Amino acid sequence: MSENNVVSRYTTAARINHWITAASLILLALSGMALFHPSLFFLTNLFGGGQMTRAIHPWIGVVLFVSFLGLFFRFFALNLWNRDDTVWMKNLGAVINDREEGMPELGKYNAGQKLVFWGQSILILLLFCSGIVLWDVYFADYTTIDQKRLSAVVHALCAIGAILIWIVHVYAAIWVKGTLSAMTRGSVSGGWAWKHHRKWFRQEVGKP
Amino acid sequence: MATLQSLDIRRRSASTEAPPQIRQQGLEVAKLIDVSKCIGCKACQAACLEWNDLKQEIGYTDGTYNNPTDLTPASWTVMRFTEYEHGDDLEWLIRKDGCMHCDDPGCLKACPAPGAIVQYTNGIVDFVSENCIGCGYCVKGCPFNIPRISKADHKAYKCTLCSDRVSVGQAPACAKACPTQAIYFGSKQDMIVHAEHRITDLKSRGFKNAGLYNPPGVGGTHVMYVLHHADKPSLYAGLPDDPKISPMVGLWKGILKPISLAAIAFAGVFGFLHYITKGPNEVSEADQRKGDELAADQTKPRGHS
Repeated sequence: MSENNVVSRYTTAARINHWITAASLILLALSGMALFHPSLFFLTNLFGGGQMTRAIHPWIGVVLFVSFLGLFFRFFALNLWNRDDTVWMKNLGAVINDREEGMPELGKYNAGQKLVFWGQSILILLLFCSGIVLWDVYFADYTTIDQKRLSAVVHALCAIGAILIWIVHVYAAIWVKGTLSAMTRGSVSGGWAWKHHRKWFRQEVGKP
Repeated sequence: MATLQSLDIRRRSASTEAPPQIRQQGLEVAKLIDVSKCIGCKACQAACLEWNDLKQEIGYTDGTYNNPTDLTPASWTVMRFTEYEHGDDLEWLIRKDGCMHCDDPGCLKACPAPGAIVQYTNGIVDFVSENCIGCGYCVKGCPFNIPRISKADHKAYKCTLCSDRVSVGQAPACAKACPTQAIYFGSKQDMIVHAEHRITDLKSRGFKNAGLYNPPGVGGTHVMYVLHHADKPSLYAGLPDDPKISPMVGLWKGILKPISLAAIAFAGVFGFLHYITKGPNEVSEADQRKGDELAADQTKPRGHS
């Protein structure tokens, strides 16, 4: 593999934005799971105890929300659904078996990546809204107890959804070799771009 | 309030260990509040503040006798006054509000902090404040809207049924202070028997719907009311007619917990199995060559941008 033939995929700002989001999402998952299931309450020790976990969790949520908003505006145009995505989804079985021959050439994101993007966009919005309702220190007086109960269920469901999507996202990066450098170095190999995002690759090459 | 001897704990919040069961089933206690005998003097409120060494901030009157107007982190019991008009008749209904000490406590079920809420074998539900993390889940779990979170220390507070007094054979402070003996305390069985006498008496005085409030939706309570209108508990400042732990809380604290952990574990295991059966998705030599050729055509400078 020639070291020189790399294709730029993410700017430094985009990578920093991504890793702030990643770190806050992991911290939120750990602190949230600690308060969700008694068997995981021991995770509160990572945050300085139960009271500290309860106090810190919503603030990390604010960081995640703002940070994800940055990612959203950076990437949403590239994540709009098109006909090729529908074809890709219909061949999902072939994709997870690493048989991508004959699939349409893809832009910067495949349908799976787009679903991760939109899934997290919707879930993080719901998590933020329901989280505000549950943030008793500042917002206890603005909602009824029934609204708080509903928010607790919505918050838990969306959090599990977001964690599951996160697992898919991380696993895809582990499984598809050559992906991680996009977020660590900002670039991918020509071979990777050719195999996975050929249409995007051609556009990048064609740019003056 | 610190916990009683640990042998007397029936349930402990957010704990999976089995409670100690070596002792005989303890005597269940109950407080019986006879609303028909209450004169609204608030001696119970004063006794509660005094015994528990609490200070209620001076507030503002809302033009009624409700003072303070709601339960607070310091006021664990308040008298709620209702003017019930029917026909030409006016009844002044006065209900001493506070924790009902449910046999099936929603607060305990919702609590995520191990040991922050316990239920003793005598039926008293107690908040162990040192373990409380101030999340407010007990507020969502409670069908009676009782726990209050302090703005000072972000901990939840409510009536302890004077568990410290009861543990040494004393009646709760409110029961001790009541001048009309509208508050009784004893074994739950005795309190039910006593309530029957009072209900018979009330019925003979024309309150044909008099009855005992010991709602089965929460497994019965260890604070019970004798009501002259037991057919309409909500007359008494919104006492729930049929209190139950909200199905939302049941979902959140019940089925959702194991299903969520199972789903996360399944996703992890699926990924692992996929990797060891399908192997990594690698770029072939042919793809690499084609990629390199195309990249070589790149008209702009290569590398990071």
